[in-house]
Amino acid sequence: MSDTTKPQAQPDLTPYARPEEGTNPPLLYPAYASTVRRAPKEPLVWLRHTITEVTGPLLGERRLGDLDHDLTRHHRGEPLGERIIVHGRVLEGDGRPVPHTLIEIWQANAGGRYRHDGDQHPAPIDPNFTGVGRCRTDAEGRYRFVTIKPGAYPWRNHDNAWRAAHIHFSLFGRAFVQRLVTQMYFPNEHLFFQDPIYQSVRDERARQAMMSSFDLSETVPEWALAYQFDIVLTGRDKTPIDEDH
Amino acid sequence: MALQVTPSQTIGPFFSIGLTWEDGAFAVPEGTDGAFWIRGRVTDGDGEPVPDAVVETWQADPDGRYRHPDDPRADGGDFRGFARAPTGRDGTFAIHTVKPGPVPGAGGATQAPHLAVSVFARGLLNRVVTRVYFADEADLNAADPVLAGLPADRRATLLAEPAEDGYRFDVRLQGEDETVFFAV
Repeated sequence: MSDTTKPQAQPDLTPYARPEEGTNPPLLYPAYASTVRRAPKEPLVWLRHTITEVTGPLLGERRLGDLDHDLTRHHRGEPLGERIIVHGRVLEGDGRPVPHTLIEIWQANAGGRYRHDGDQHPAPIDPNFTGVGRCRTDAEGRYRFVTIKPGAYPWRNHDNAWRAAHIHFSLFGRAFVQRLVTQMYFPNEHLFFQDPIYQSVRDERARQAMMSSFDLSETVPEWALAYQFDIVLTGRDKTPIDEDH
Repeated sequence: MALQVTPSQTIGPFFSIGLTWEDGAFAVPEGTDGAFWIRGRVTDGDGEPVPDAVVETWQADPDGRYRHPDDPRADGGDFRGFARAPTGRDGTFAIHTVKPGPVPGAGGATQAPHLAVSVFARGLLNRVVTRVYFADEADLNAADPVLAGLPADRRATLLAEPAEDGYRFDVRLQGEDETVFFAV
C-alpha cells in the first residue's frame, strides 16, 4: 500500500463557511410557482464537510476554445443588439481570488429569446447569436466576456410576468461546496418588483451581490459599454471550532 | 469584514444550451475497466418526471483518492471524477463511472464508497445536494458516519441498487420517499 519511507501527506480538510441566513433563497418560494412541487419538504440534513465536500472538479483547461469568451464571434455575422463587456473577479469571502476556475454563461438574445426549443415566445431568433460562453479566470481571479445585452422576456409564472434581464453564470470554484449557479442582473432595471426569482433572495445586501455595475473604466470607446460583476464564493471557515453543532 | 457571498439562483429552463457537454455523462471514458452506468429518474412532488434538471456527480477514484491539490494522495493521473447529465423528457439521466474507493471521514472514520451529487432544475432556487451510496456495500455502509446520522427509514433513498448495466438511483425531490438532501 503506502510507501512508509516518505511521510504520508494529509489532505487539507478545513471546512468551508456556510452562507449567512438570507444569502441563498429558500427552496420553497411560492411566488415562484415552480418551487411548489419541486422543493423538498423534509428539512435539509446538516452535513459535516469531509474530503468529498472540500475537493471538487478543476475543469476547463482542455474545454475552452479561443473565442468561447466572445459571444459576438460565434457565427459568420455579428449579432444584433447592444454589444457589452462583462468582466470582474471571482473571489472567496475573505477577498482571496479564485484562479483558473471555469465560468460558464448562457443568456437570451437582445430580443429576450433563448436559442432553445422550449422558448417559443414571439421574439426573433438571431441567427448570429447562440448565447453561450465560457472562460477561465486568470491567476488573479479575473474574467472577461464580450456579449450582447440580453432583453427582458415574458414567462407564465403569473399574470403579465416578465423576467428582469439577466445572464446565467455557473461556477465551480475549487471545492464541491463552492459550486454556484446564479444570475447577473443589470442596474437601472424596472422589473425587479415583480420578478420572484430575484425577489426570492430576501436580504438586500445579498441582492446587491447579484447586481452588476456600469463600469466606465472598462468601456471601449466607439465599441462597447462595460459592466463589472464580481462573484464571491464561500471560503474556508476561519473560526477554529469543532464543526459538531 | 467578509465579502457578501453571491446568492444562488435557479438554473432555469434553458440551461441545456450552456451546460451540456458532449462528454458530460462520462466521469470516466468509455472502455474504462470496471465502468458501469448509474441510471435514474428525477421526479417531483406529484411523482411526475422532471425533464429540465441536470445531475452532477463528484467522486474519488477506485483507490479513494480525489484528483485535487488538497488531496495530496492523488497520483496526478487524469481521472476526472466529475459527471454532468441533463434529464430527458422522461426525467431520466445516466452517468458513466466506476465505483470510488472508501475515503477518510471525520474523526478517523472511514466513509463508504459514495458520490457527491448536485441536482439543479427550473424551480430549484438553489441546487439540492445528496449522495449516492451502493447497496451492495452493506458492511462499509453500516460503518459510514453520514449514513449513521440519518433516520433508518430514510437511508435507503441514498442507496443505488444493482441493475442491468450498473446501478439504479432515483431522485425524488418531494413527497413520498423523498430523497435525503444535505445542507452543505
